[in-house]
Amino acid sequence: MSHVHDLAVIGAGPAGVAGALSASLTGLDVVLIDAAPRPGGQYFRHLPEGFHARRPGALHHGLDRFTRQWEALGERATVLLGHRVWAVERADETITVRCLEGDREERPRTVTARRLLIATGAHDRPLPFPGWDLPGVLTAGGAQALLKGNLVVAGRRVVVAGTGPFLLPVAAGLADAGADVRGVYEANGRFGLARHPLLAAGKAGEALGYGVSLARHRVPYHGRQAVIEAHGEGALTHVTVAKLDAAWRPVATRTVECDTLAYGYGFVPQLELPVQLGCATRADADGSPVVDVDAGARTSVPGVYAAGESTGVGGAVLAEVEGRVAGRTVAADLGRRVRPLPVLSRRRERLSAFARALLEAYPVRPGWQGWLRRDTLICRCEEVPLSAVREAQELGATDARSIKLLARPGMGWCQGRMCGYAVACLAGENPLAPRRPIAQPVRLGDLAALNLSPLEG
Amino acid sequence: MPDVVVIGAGAVGAACAYYAARAGLDVVVVDRGPVAGGTTGAGEGNVLVSDKEPGPELDLALLSNGLWRDLAEHDGFEFEPKGGLVVAESGGVLDVLIALAAKQGVEHAVVPPEGLADYEPHLAKGLAGGVFYPQDAQVQPMLAAARLIQRGAERFGRGTLMLRTGVTVTGFVRDGSRVTGVMTDHGDILADAVVNAAGTWGGEIAAMAGVHVPVLPRRGFILVTEPMDEVLIRHKVYTAAYVTNVASDSEGLETSAVVEATASGPVLIGASRERVGFDRRISVPVLERLARQAVALFPVLAERRVIRAYCGFRPYCPDHLPVIGEDPRAPGLHHACGHEGAGIGLAPATGHLIAQTLTGVQPDLALRPFRPDRFEEARS
Amino acid sequence: MKQPYSLVRARPEPEFEISVDGAPVPVIPGQTIGAALHGAGVRTWRTTRIDGRPRGLFCGIGVCFDCLVTVNGSPSLRACLTEARPGDRVSTGREAGPGRPEDGPGGEAGGGSAGEPGREPGGKAGGEVHGEPGDGWNQGPRDGRGTVNGR
Repeated sequence: MSHVHDLAVIGAGPAGVAGALSASLTGLDVVLIDAAPRPGGQYFRHLPEGFHARRPGALHHGLDRFTRQWEALGERATVLLGHRVWAVERADETITVRCLEGDREERPRTVTARRLLIATGAHDRPLPFPGWDLPGVLTAGGAQALLKGNLVVAGRRVVVAGTGPFLLPVAAGLADAGADVRGVYEANGRFGLARHPLLAAGKAGEALGYGVSLARHRVPYHGRQAVIEAHGEGALTHVTVAKLDAAWRPVATRTVECDTLAYGYGFVPQLELPVQLGCATRADADGSPVVDVDAGARTSVPGVYAAGESTGVGGAVLAEVEGRVAGRTVAADLGRRVRPLPVLSRRRERLSAFARALLEAYPVRPGWQGWLRRDTLICRCEEVPLSAVREAQELGATDARSIKLLARPGMGWCQGRMCGYAVACLAGENPLAPRRPIAQPVRLGDLAALNLSPLEG
Repeated sequence: MPDVVVIGAGAVGAACAYYAARAGLDVVVVDRGPVAGGTTGAGEGNVLVSDKEPGPELDLALLSNGLWRDLAEHDGFEFEPKGGLVVAESGGVLDVLIALAAKQGVEHAVVPPEGLADYEPHLAKGLAGGVFYPQDAQVQPMLAAARLIQRGAERFGRGTLMLRTGVTVTGFVRDGSRVTGVMTDHGDILADAVVNAAGTWGGEIAAMAGVHVPVLPRRGFILVTEPMDEVLIRHKVYTAAYVTNVASDSEGLETSAVVEATASGPVLIGASRERVGFDRRISVPVLERLARQAVALFPVLAERRVIRAYCGFRPYCPDHLPVIGEDPRAPGLHHACGHEGAGIGLAPATGHLIAQTLTGVQPDLALRPFRPDRFEEARS
Repeated sequence: MKQPYSLVRARPEPEFEISVDGAPVPVIPGQTIGAALHGAGVRTWRTTRIDGRPRGLFCGIGVCFDCLVTVNGSPSLRACLTEARPGDRVSTGREAGPGRPEDGPGGEAGGGSAGEPGREPGGKAGGEVHGEPGDGWNQGPRDGRGTVNGR
């Protein structure tokens, strides 16, 4: 029988590291699992060793603090980097985490623990629009990953677009790194830096820092504008930018030349693992499903906890606080003596309220559907155009699931991660929590050799 | 007021509606969800004769096979007449297969071990041989159900066939013991006849009419691979255990290998059977078994990835035959459910036979083996 | 582009090479194959199954699966998640090689497809300018289409 840890934590971003550390500080046997070769999740991307960066914090706020937590964790917990989790199962007193180790080897590995903390974060939410599958169009998170994780600048002349405070650090980072950022196009109302929500969180330094970068590089920031079409023959050469009305319908357009577009409309929490376990979900302020947790970060399934973006998009600082709360709750639930920390709960409430306000300030408005042409791809993987979605609806596919079964959006490699939100909108529904029994692709040969099945096959 | 209300917009309900409309009846199809929202949406789309026991089941399958070909000629449901290759791991199993094929009297070819590679170049070595059934075929099940309804509505005139999704049946309108319509959350719909094509939920619907029709769920998982850029597998390929598996009554897990390519790219891998109620939670040991069996048949699949797995609930009756025909205990109520993993294949025949009974025509097949009240006799 | 290196005061180890469809691509130790390709100006290295559309990085973090490559014979790896190792032989399954990597963007893997079906040809938006003088806006919705939730 393999070793059973007290707590397995999936995700080594701000929430997972804080949760694992808090739990391990009470003496629990903790194992932290993450698919990437280095910790940090999407937010803190450590550069590879080979860069020998002496001032890595220049690309991140709060990196030093995170690094200290990471180092403290390494001394008292088991850390499994490079482990991709494809399934989690719960039986009686233990939870089994099925992993694939190695970014190319993908060797099957199993981890078991009494408790599980899920901190799997979120990914960008792209909206389909004409030309979004042209080479040169990336998500904002993709541009960020290139820069922060690889010191590669996504392009020479870059447009940043979409909605949400995340556009600022993406644009500032690109500008500081030498890209010619043609502009930031924020589809929601313009706040101006003086009223920017980041300031409300007391993150004046951070917001001003981005503002200073943008000003220094003369990067214009436009509110109520969006990229509604990308153009080019086989590669991006320019985009159509539109002034939008309150419902995001274009009222005027112009052209901006660029070779790269980095865009995103908020984030999609990664829920496949909680859903596999049967955790209840709720609708976040923007209608997207997130894991429902109580004040102690417990999900509806005994023994399973969640923290960070998967419980609601709220940024790295909130994620760390939620992680701490979760780690301490696990310890208390396992019988360790844990001092109550009301200041932590209050901080969490305050940051959660702010996160909700941010989400409400940067909604996705339905007018984006009017940007689509009949041949605009809705599903990149299966190359499903809008016309096929409409045909499916005419055939009686009244919900997103039926559209998927009939027209195949969401049936390809990414299993609807990129197009799920858009298909739900086109179906007139709120997106549902995705059911993915196979959370990461697994080789049939590896699946066949797990040695679990009692009978001879 | 329509002539018929069909409960269930899956493959069987769609076929009942189509053939009833063709016979000149006004039909309303209701479903609490969308088209093919139940088991049809989880099916592989098998249209098989190879795995049917000689007798009423096989008769139904042969009738249905021919009707599918008629429908596909005009309509195209991604109907692939690819044929099925049943392979045997041992000589003993091969003998059983050959004997069954002889009894079935269905078009087939016995394939010696050295001939298997002609059918399937990637098949594993060392198998004892097989039987090829050219009549086995494949459709896309959701497309089939949706198009049957659509074409029925277009072909047989406006108002003859109407689909109402999102309508939940809550009970039946009665006149004495006679069923004269359905009660729904969108009001009553009166009709001369009602067809229960609610698949795995057919028992629940029957209970609303106060009659016992023992349809229970039998869970099955399917693995879906990455989309392939080449056709590795030409036919449906399965091991002989598929035949014995269906008829088994044991409680626990049974698996057999079923592997086939699809027009849209991925390879589908089945088949498992379990009686666990409507439990949707993933069972990794079952997935492992399916993977192991598939790789044993086609070693070339070992490097390919599974990107999706899902389950469905086959509706089964204790004797593994569907329920087709008018219920003498509730005149006016006709059942068309319980097709256990063969619903897609048997849908046209079921629809055709139901249309005949609805219009007072002598059915092309004796319906006695499928009568809904046959379980009462067993109980008493 | 060297500017990001000075930001973090990086003194990267010497580059090594991987081969992509036989052509050499430089890599700083620790970079992913996808980042190395994109940084070398190779922005597409795969074509889609149905319409042959060129793809490379899109999400950059392993959730879109557009960037699949074969590395040392192992197929369907996400280039954005796979750390490059010296001597890696990457194949994209495309007949033409990736072309000469150029400095900066705009370089694309050789044999990129012509304009995708149904897409308007590239070129500047023309027509009269009706917006405020001098701001370059074309007034009015783009096509008069703009139905929301239209079916």
